[in-house]
Amino acid sequence: MPYDSDVVAPRSLSRRRFLVATLSATGGLAVGVLLPGVAGATPLGPEPWDRDAPADAEEVNAWILVEPDDSVIIRVAQSEMGEGVFTSMPMIVAEELECDWTKVRAEYASANRNAREGNIYQRMGTGGSRAVRASREFLQQAGASARVRLIAAAARRWNVPAAECAARNGQVIHTATNRSLGYGALAADAAKVTLASEPAIKTPDQYRLIGQPTARLDTPVKITGQAHFGIDTRLPDMLYAAVSVCPVFGGKVARYDDSAIKGRRGIVATVPIDGGIAVVADRFWRAKQAIADLRVDWDKGEAGTTNTTEFRQIYRTALDGPAAMAKNVGDVEGAMGGAARAVDALYEVPHLAHATMEPLNCTAHWQPDRVDVWLGTQNPDAALRLAAKAGNVEPGQVFIHNCFLGGGFGRRAVNDELTQAVMVSKAIGKPVKLLWTREEDMTHDRYRPQAAIRFKAGLGRDGLPVAWQIRTAVGSIQRSLGVSKVENGVEPAAVEGLANLPYRADNLLVDCVLKNTHVPVMFWRSVGSSQNAFAMESFVDEMAHEAGQDPYQFRRALLLGKPDFLGVLDMLADKGDWGKPLPAGKGRGMAIHESFGTIVGEIAEVAVDAKGAIKVERVVAVVDCGHVVNPRTVEMQIESGVIYGLTAALYDEITIKDGAVEQSNFDSYQMVRMADAPRIETYFALSGGSKWGGIGEPGTPPIAPAVCNAIYAATGRRIRSLPIKNTELTGGA
Amino acid sequence: MIVLTVNGQRHELDIEPETPLLWVLRDELGLTGTKYGCGIAQCGACTVHVGGQATRSCSIAVSDVANQDVLTIEGLSADGSHPVQKAWLFEDVPQCGYCQSGQIMAATAFLKDNPNPTDADIDDGMTNICRCGTYPRLRAAIHRAAALMKA
Repeated sequence: MPYDSDVVAPRSLSRRRFLVATLSATGGLAVGVLLPGVAGATPLGPEPWDRDAPADAEEVNAWILVEPDDSVIIRVAQSEMGEGVFTSMPMIVAEELECDWTKVRAEYASANRNAREGNIYQRMGTGGSRAVRASREFLQQAGASARVRLIAAAARRWNVPAAECAARNGQVIHTATNRSLGYGALAADAAKVTLASEPAIKTPDQYRLIGQPTARLDTPVKITGQAHFGIDTRLPDMLYAAVSVCPVFGGKVARYDDSAIKGRRGIVATVPIDGGIAVVADRFWRAKQAIADLRVDWDKGEAGTTNTTEFRQIYRTALDGPAAMAKNVGDVEGAMGGAARAVDALYEVPHLAHATMEPLNCTAHWQPDRVDVWLGTQNPDAALRLAAKAGNVEPGQVFIHNCFLGGGFGRRAVNDELTQAVMVSKAIGKPVKLLWTREEDMTHDRYRPQAAIRFKAGLGRDGLPVAWQIRTAVGSIQRSLGVSKVENGVEPAAVEGLANLPYRADNLLVDCVLKNTHVPVMFWRSVGSSQNAFAMESFVDEMAHEAGQDPYQFRRALLLGKPDFLGVLDMLADKGDWGKPLPAGKGRGMAIHESFGTIVGEIAEVAVDAKGAIKVERVVAVVDCGHVVNPRTVEMQIESGVIYGLTAALYDEITIKDGAVEQSNFDSYQMVRMADAPRIETYFALSGGSKWGGIGEPGTPPIAPAVCNAIYAATGRRIRSLPIKNTELTGGA
Repeated sequence: MIVLTVNGQRHELDIEPETPLLWVLRDELGLTGTKYGCGIAQCGACTVHVGGQATRSCSIAVSDVANQDVLTIEGLSADGSHPVQKAWLFEDVPQCGYCQSGQIMAATAFLKDNPNPTDADIDDGMTNICRCGTYPRLRAAIHRAAALMKA
């Protein structure tokens, strides 16, 4: 095999799954690639959005349609942005439906129908790592309900008790008489069956599909260039729009002069939009060239003189002012006074952009009685309401054609691009594809908030903390989005991972100062945990070193009585070779953090050379998300979360000068590429029980502190401010 | 008139000669598998082959590729049967998938010059950005594709 052995090292599956996978692996294929008993379902088509049901299909309920040939269409109300919901959600339904997985086809649920039929899909947003956590039970219920009604329909037809019938692999079977009927023949009758009560759903020990490594249904269209992202929309008679919005958030156009672009080939119109201008042309390139030549005088407002250095001082200063209490346990002051020694540290993080690979875009076709939009959205419900408002139509007159999302990470939860596209289409009366350039996308994001976080602890004679004092100063996402004024001054996202820290803390005070600048802030993969885990897990490492203790054993002592955390931590130390010698200039660092219901521990192995260059060589991750729907996508999400967090930790900051964002493209906002990417190993330490944790985000928080703690181990240099590139490490090794 | 040959098909186009190849492919010819990511040849989402060489189509004028063969993801194989695509399927590489046309076109050209690549070769030769962080699977898939191409 021409493989680096690390690449194909068996990815950790639970012991049971590992055995299944090993037994079925043949022909020299890597474990985890062959699918134990699970052949692939029908790959997705290029256009994932909902469409009219086939004429001969029977809808058993809003999620499930059955066709005469026993094919099953399963509707998915969450958005596919790489996290695998187009595979995992149908798996959950199919588990209960007992259909033939190879005959399953998936498509998006209709946001329009959801609006017209009283939220029939229950929840359509995708964020907060909630897809499985929040949908599993009602999806299982939908599958179980459909199965029992299919059985009832067969029993009636055969005139036998339903209890004598069973459903398996798309068939209802009456064993006593050796009869069977396919779901396709039963669906019309099943749809009419009313149940006296809903059936119980399976318990995890009964799962056959959930938990099996299953091939993603969206891969085939994504390796042939056929997958339809929002940007790929093409409509008859469609025009293109490029936009320019005031570089200072909240600013507006004072005046503009379009004489330089008038009469140019293909230029159709200049349309005012909120805070800026759109240029409409027959081709995007012509619109983009023209908007660069448009002369605009901006009214930048008061924020036009602000800068990042000033913001940094604002957040630091805020730490010394009044704060709102988030958690107060025991007697912090008293315990601090009696401590053997004190440790304190200030951690700072910058604004961050989402930088999805597909820049924001939306195609809108406004008509007086109907608005159609094509885009990738994490929030079709909210997109529908936005389009209704911008287009001045009723929500039931809006049709969201959700596409594959070229990355989300939180950014596509609020679709600023949609409002612009609908307004432009309405202004010119034609379908319009409106596309942000990378520069527009990076300078008009809604960013991860900048923050300053201060920790103080008193250590007892045994070196363990007897008192903790934690204060964060950070921008409020809810205030920035205008969804709440957060009148009590405590936003859950601001203190997540701090107020609910896992460590023993008999005396703990956590408070926060919410402070917003003109820079809009929003959810960025793992939200508050993205900065709070960096501060918390760096500080725990600092305390351990101050106490002269091993950081693993130090954490262990503070996590006694928490078997799920200890399960992750102990496996992490084992798989991550904790304590094994490394050459000079190399170090290991660990971090553990719970977010979105899932605990992830990570160990980073980092090399720092004499010139201060950092190479993260290996990352070992251990995950406890309770249960797993599709182990393959869980592994992929951990790898993805690690790389996403590593990019931010090593390189990235959005800085403000004269009120505007300074970074505009990937030359000034650097990304981890192949040469920077560590080897990543993922292992499961599943605690099972009632825990069903999220997976899209929890891989991200531990990587920044794990890397910084590894740098400390390698060099003795402590990094308290991100990104790491701003700290000179020359000669550190 | 610009004369352009894409995926073996000849086109005569009445467009400005400085138009980047990317926008000609996407908006004139409707070949939307090639993606816009940055417009400054940083990310590689727009990678196609020009005369067999991996080329970032956002930063090359259409007039500079006239009379050369351009190959896009749509022309690589109609059904995903190219060994690189097979390897991608096997390793379940894509997540959001947006960068993958460019990754596949970059890898295909890379493997022509490096039929038996080491990890260091891959580090040097594969410089496209993937925001989902599929790099470990990209690496595995490139090794697998190299093996498939020899088989």
